[in-house]
Amino acid sequence: MQVNEQTGFVPTIVAFCCNWCSYAGADLSGTNRLQYPANVKIIRVPCSCRVNPMFILRAFGRGADGVILCGCHPGDCHYTTGNYYTRRRMTLLCSMLDYLGIERKRTRVEWVSAAEGAKFAKTMRSFAEEIAALGPNRRLEDLRVRKSEPEGRVPDAE
Amino acid sequence: MRKIGVFVCHCGTNIAATVDVKAVAETLGREPSVVVSEDYPYMCSESGQNLIKDSIRDYGLDGIVICSCSPRMHENTFRKAAASAGLNPYMVEIANIREQCSWIHKDKAEATEKAILLGKAAIAKVLLNTPLIAGESGVVKRALVIGGGIAGIQTALDIAEAGFPVDIVEQKPTIGGKMAQLDKTFPTLDCSACILTPKMVDCAQNENIKIYSYSEIESVSGFVGNFTVKIRRKARYVDETKCTGCGLCTEKCPVKKVPNEFNLGLDNRRAVYIPFAQAVPKIAAIDADYCNMLKNGKCGLCSKVCTVGAIDYKQEDTFVEERYGAIVAATGYEIADVSRYGEYAYNQSKDVVTSLELERLMNAAGPTGGTLLRPSDGKHPHTIVFVQCVGSRCTPDKGKPYCSKICCMYTAKHAMLIREKYPDTEVYVFYIDVRTPGKNFDEFWRRAVEEFGVHYIKGAVGKISPRPDGTLDVQGSDLLMDEQLHISADLVVLAAAIEPSKTARSLATMLTASMDTNDFFTEAHPKLRPVESPTAGIFLSGVCQGPKDIPETVAQASACAAKVIGLLSKDKLKGNPCVAHSDEMMCNGCSNCANVCPYGAITYSDKEFRMPDRTTKTRRVAWVNPAVCQGCGACTVACPSGAMDLLGFSNSQIMAEVDALCR
Repeated sequence: MQVNEQTGFVPTIVAFCCNWCSYAGADLSGTNRLQYPANVKIIRVPCSCRVNPMFILRAFGRGADGVILCGCHPGDCHYTTGNYYTRRRMTLLCSMLDYLGIERKRTRVEWVSAAEGAKFAKTMRSFAEEIAALGPNRRLEDLRVRKSEPEGRVPDAE
Repeated sequence: MRKIGVFVCHCGTNIAATVDVKAVAETLGREPSVVVSEDYPYMCSESGQNLIKDSIRDYGLDGIVICSCSPRMHENTFRKAAASAGLNPYMVEIANIREQCSWIHKDKAEATEKAILLGKAAIAKVLLNTPLIAGESGVVKRALVIGGGIAGIQTALDIAEAGFPVDIVEQKPTIGGKMAQLDKTFPTLDCSACILTPKMVDCAQNENIKIYSYSEIESVSGFVGNFTVKIRRKARYVDETKCTGCGLCTEKCPVKKVPNEFNLGLDNRRAVYIPFAQAVPKIAAIDADYCNMLKNGKCGLCSKVCTVGAIDYKQEDTFVEERYGAIVAATGYEIADVSRYGEYAYNQSKDVVTSLELERLMNAAGPTGGTLLRPSDGKHPHTIVFVQCVGSRCTPDKGKPYCSKICCMYTAKHAMLIREKYPDTEVYVFYIDVRTPGKNFDEFWRRAVEEFGVHYIKGAVGKISPRPDGTLDVQGSDLLMDEQLHISADLVVLAAAIEPSKTARSLATMLTASMDTNDFFTEAHPKLRPVESPTAGIFLSGVCQGPKDIPETVAQASACAAKVIGLLSKDKLKGNPCVAHSDEMMCNGCSNCANVCPYGAITYSDKEFRMPDRTTKTRRVAWVNPAVCQGCGACTVACPSGAMDLLGFSNSQIMAEVDALCR
């Protein structure tokens, strides 16, 4: 579990993985027993282009501290062109998040092939580290669904 | 409220060593709507599956969650088990607690907590699952092969041999393609025509094969198992049913100066012609660009000499519409234009020829009757220089980035044949690398060097300049000796790059098949599905997929036929039920979804809707063809009104998973 040593903050991270490359890459990192933090929870989607930017906003709204989207390398998409759409959509989403003042590092897009188990684990480790350093997501959290402070979360400073 | 069953697998110790499976089963059992939660050492085993099946029956479960290995491993196993117990197989969700939990974590408490969360997400998803039934569609038991070269011929013959009817569409007046133009074939040096023409005749005689020569594809619609193709039969001004191929008209035609494309313009043919002696079908065609009768209505000689009255100057293009279950692209290749490389003086001298032109010059049925003579003065050449990689392996602005693959071998063949027949001729080959992987290939080119004394020079040719005395000054560098060379050559042969047929791109658009940046058709998987296009029902045969020699082309053609036969032998095609679906009430017909669909699965139609005020309103709405849709979901995100959703991975399902994981 990735924990911020100073504050004790335990980030929640959602990873969207395409079925054909990145999900298989995640499986491979498991098969090779390559460790990455347990904060990362994976959601399987058929293609990275299935990920509606709404899903990412929803995750942030429900209290995710970081969202990572993984797909096949450009040119290798199982559906030929899906990840090109992802790339364009995510560029737009990121610039919108920028505009809203959300740390750019909270969203990440990575291309991980089915053969890149090591890359998957490495990416997840570095992403979890980054999010732990960033601290909890406050700005995008939906106050209506905020639960009582879960254990390990930093109490709201305000 | 739905009744959900949870089944947690130990996987021996694979999961149980790091995840407290009992705690997972217990915690998930307390979730609302979960009526049974069990753990078992091996869920995928016979007895594990029986546990699932019995629970489904005993508790009347509406959905099950298996906490086990990756769905990529056993999703099908558990779906089948569910189906055999009477539960819709798509009411099964898998929480991956092995590859993505127990195997990557060491701390048992952490891993158990994560496994519970993954289980909860799967329960949240399965609560929103809908029973899905894979759609079925019929298969038209007829195949279409586009292109009548050796690839198309072999594919058609193999499919026909299996008992299915095949149509070949060939744009030229005869089938045979490039192989018909070749002289000998490497590495065995057997005569190309001698091995090809029997196959052409087989095609013509096979009851299951129908040849549409001098025809083109006009339009393609439909989907795998059920394509409708419109074929344009170009007017050849000769009645195919009457012409006997006697060739009398081709002898009497007064228009004698038409460049003969079969001999690559090295000699002339008449305006009415049969491409070559062994043409299949052996039917004459009139070239409308040159025929006096068609141009200005004066002549008519051919119709006078034709004893069967086959000449018909009033013939027009006709169209045939036919339905097919599978389509094979076998459009082959063309020789890239080498005149753009000014340094090789292809446009300045007739004695600079491409390798295919040399094939015709050496062919017994060619313009010189098989004697190698210079095209400029008809004299025997004594020094011949071959230049390799002309236009291949270049930067994209200069030529093709790829290796054309066949040039090294055919050049060795040419050099060997020339040295054998004309021992007084010196042969030089300028090469960058000699690439001869293949059975008996390396032995072949070494024989050219060692036995036949062909001079191989590693280096490039910088300039070829015609001299006033008719010879060609070839200026090149020898990289191994590190010196500049000047060779006075009588004939220069350019190993020109091969490129996909010019018609391939428009055909790919019609077929909705994808192409790479070089206009070669893309295969569904470069290693594991090399003869299929990513578009279902479209298959690839021969060089249209990438450079190949004849043995490889034939191998791929037969592999392609096997795939087609496999498709055609099915009566019904079962689709993937996890496809996109458009809600007609929400769709506003904006076309965004169709624009992003890589498969052309989305069509629009005007539909009448009954409005609350009892009027009817006609609106344009999208419809997804489930047989074509592959379920990527690109359209679901493009849809501005939220009408488009993906079955099995719906917006609400993924949102529920997100919610469960972020708690």
